[in-house]
Amino acid sequence: MEQNIVIKIKNLTKRFPVGGDYFTALQDVDLTLNEGEFTGLVGPSGSGKTTLLNIIGGLDSPSKGQVSVLAQALNDTTHKERAQLRRENMGFIFQSYNLLPVYTVFENVELPLILNKIDSQERRQKVAQAIEWVGLSDKTNSRPAMLSGGECQRTAIARAIVHQPALVLADEPTANLDAENSHHIMKIMVQLNQELSTSFVFATHDEKIMAYLRRIIHLNDGQITKDEKIDNPKSAA
Amino acid sequence: MIKFLTKGILRDRSRSLFPVLVVMLAVAMIIFFQGFMNGTLNGMFLDSAVVSTGHVKIMTRAYKEESQLLPNDLALLETKQLVDKVSQDYPNHFWTPRITFGGLLDVPDENGETKAQGPVFALGIDFFSSGSRQIEIWKLERRLVGGRLPENGSEALLSASLARKLGLSLGETVTLIGSTMYNAFTTYNFTVVGTFKLNLGPLDRQMMLVDISGARLALDMEGAASSVLGYANSLFYDDTVAVALRQQYNKINSDTTDIFSPIMVALRDSNQMGVMVDWMNAASGIIVGVFLVIAMIVLWNMGLMNGLRRYGEIGMRLAIGESKGQVYRSMIMESVIIGFIGTVFGTAMGLGLTYYMQEVGLDYSAAMESLGSSEFIFSNVFYAQVTPELYYIGFMPGVLATVLGTMLAGRAIYKREMAQLFKELET
Ligand SMILES: Nc1ncnc2c1ncn2[C@@H]1O[C@H](COP(=O)(O)OP(=O)(O)OP(=O)(O)O)[C@@H](O)[C@H]1O
Ligand SMILES: [Mg+2]
Repeated sequence: MEQNIVIKIKNLTKRFPVGGDYFTALQDVDLTLNEGEFTGLVGPSGSGKTTLLNIIGGLDSPSKGQVSVLAQALNDTTHKERAQLRRENMGFIFQSYNLLPVYTVFENVELPLILNKIDSQERRQKVAQAIEWVGLSDKTNSRPAMLSGGECQRTAIARAIVHQPALVLADEPTANLDAENSHHIMKIMVQLNQELSTSFVFATHDEKIMAYLRRIIHLNDGQITKDEKIDNPKSAA
Repeated sequence: MIKFLTKGILRDRSRSLFPVLVVMLAVAMIIFFQGFMNGTLNGMFLDSAVVSTGHVKIMTRAYKEESQLLPNDLALLETKQLVDKVSQDYPNHFWTPRITFGGLLDVPDENGETKAQGPVFALGIDFFSSGSRQIEIWKLERRLVGGRLPENGSEALLSASLARKLGLSLGETVTLIGSTMYNAFTTYNFTVVGTFKLNLGPLDRQMMLVDISGARLALDMEGAASSVLGYANSLFYDDTVAVALRQQYNKINSDTTDIFSPIMVALRDSNQMGVMVDWMNAASGIIVGVFLVIAMIVLWNMGLMNGLRRYGEIGMRLAIGESKGQVYRSMIMESVIIGFIGTVFGTAMGLGLTYYMQEVGLDYSAAMESLGSSEFIFSNVFYAQVTPELYYIGFMPGVLATVLGTMLAGRAIYKREMAQLFKELET
């Protein structure tokens, strides 16, 4: 089966300067992800999950090694090009939602489309659809302050997928949610993965997420210790 | 995107209303303070200029030597030509002749017998020429406490205290007893049509104001004047300008060998005024400077804080694909707009306050009285003064400092790894 490669990482090392010394957060990481994967980076706190996710998203740069995302070698791109890559082809979901408090659900979801210079009619249609996907149609005009945690995270998901990116990066998306809400949003993402063949990469140590993953990459002290395929996850069709 | 950002700014009061208010207040205070210093200083000079020197003053060299004696026998002649010439040569100033004279005022009863008598210090000023602006400079409309302004040369205004001392009421006639410029004895009748209060301490106790035409008739001084006074068109005393003007004029027109040649003096040349001018200029410069620096620090900090507060938003915007430059520029734009709006409103408010103080003033005569009389010719009322620099001085702290603060905060966008920006707000 011929599959497009979404992420290809070779020999990645990331060091942070700490005092006069260096702290190695990622060491010799090799990783290939194909289109449509539903993958998790799993490991204890401090194992480098967020760091790896940020590097994939071009928010942080490698100290050593090659990272290529959606056929672009990030080492050879400028800030602007990486911004464009994120704008057009990636979606981010954060543990703390990072919604803009002064905007409504609709406007928060609309922002990526504005950045992509989509005209307002098409924008309205796409935003409405994304909000429907996450089941928030009745909260379209609410501000984040009036939403529950689950609703906030669903808004953030809508914002991450409204422009139908090829890749969604989610860092502990369920950390602030209860079990019911966690399952709810995971189901939404599974559905998006299947209907739009969007690739998802999670960073998590939440068992509830792991149950949905089709591939789990174990990180420990900045190194990949295990890369397992799950045969019968909850997300199986 | 601009629309989107504008919507956000308008909705988030801590980003719009509050900073605008802070900028506005700081700017208004700076402007009012500066205006108040201007006005108070200038009011002092102007009031003293009115009664003695003008911003600059021309007289004969001989008159200058004995000016305390009011030696009108040494007066300037053909002052019309002189005024025309200096008006042409120095169009930034306007010029007006004046006769300063002393004498005795005699109040006759219905039989012509003396009812009351007293010394008088009189000024013949140009009430009626359109360009003379004397009524404005003397602020006579405000200082008139009874009656009206003179309408011809034989009508006079008396200070309220002199009128009271002589037991005069409006409409009565007084006789001036004095000497002409040829040192001949003279009497001349004036009708008292109004009384005034200068609020200038002891100065107006014996003062009479008449039109210069009346003074010329009374003293046989046709075409002559004790001095010709010059005022900056803005009525704002600028010491540097006055001194330069005096230098220039004297070099061309004053002849050291001719005691009747004209000589110009500046306000600072009289009595202790020079020291006063220097001292007050320095003091006001320092005070306003300190104030400006404080306001700049406050606004700088506000810009900085507003930027720092939004690292989370910035991180998110970078994550969804805005470039660093875009985010940085939009932050700066926002602070420019806020700084600008705040400055415009603050300037309006500051100018409004200053104008109000310029028109109404702050009367501290009661306070002055308790201090006893002053050597100087003080105005008993503080006034503010609107000067051109008030229109732009606010932009320094209002826009510049606000924007600089934001720029400093925004530099973090470039300096830090983007991923760091999240962490600052995840907590
Ligand atoms: N900017 C930085 N400077 C220095 N050290 C850093 C920096 N960012 C991360 N680290 C370190 O790198 C290691 C990996 O961090 P990372 O955030 O990737 O862990 P994580 O696996 O996401 O942990 P968690 O599950 O707690 O989120 C940690 O030990 C962390 O202290
Ligand atoms: Mg993490």
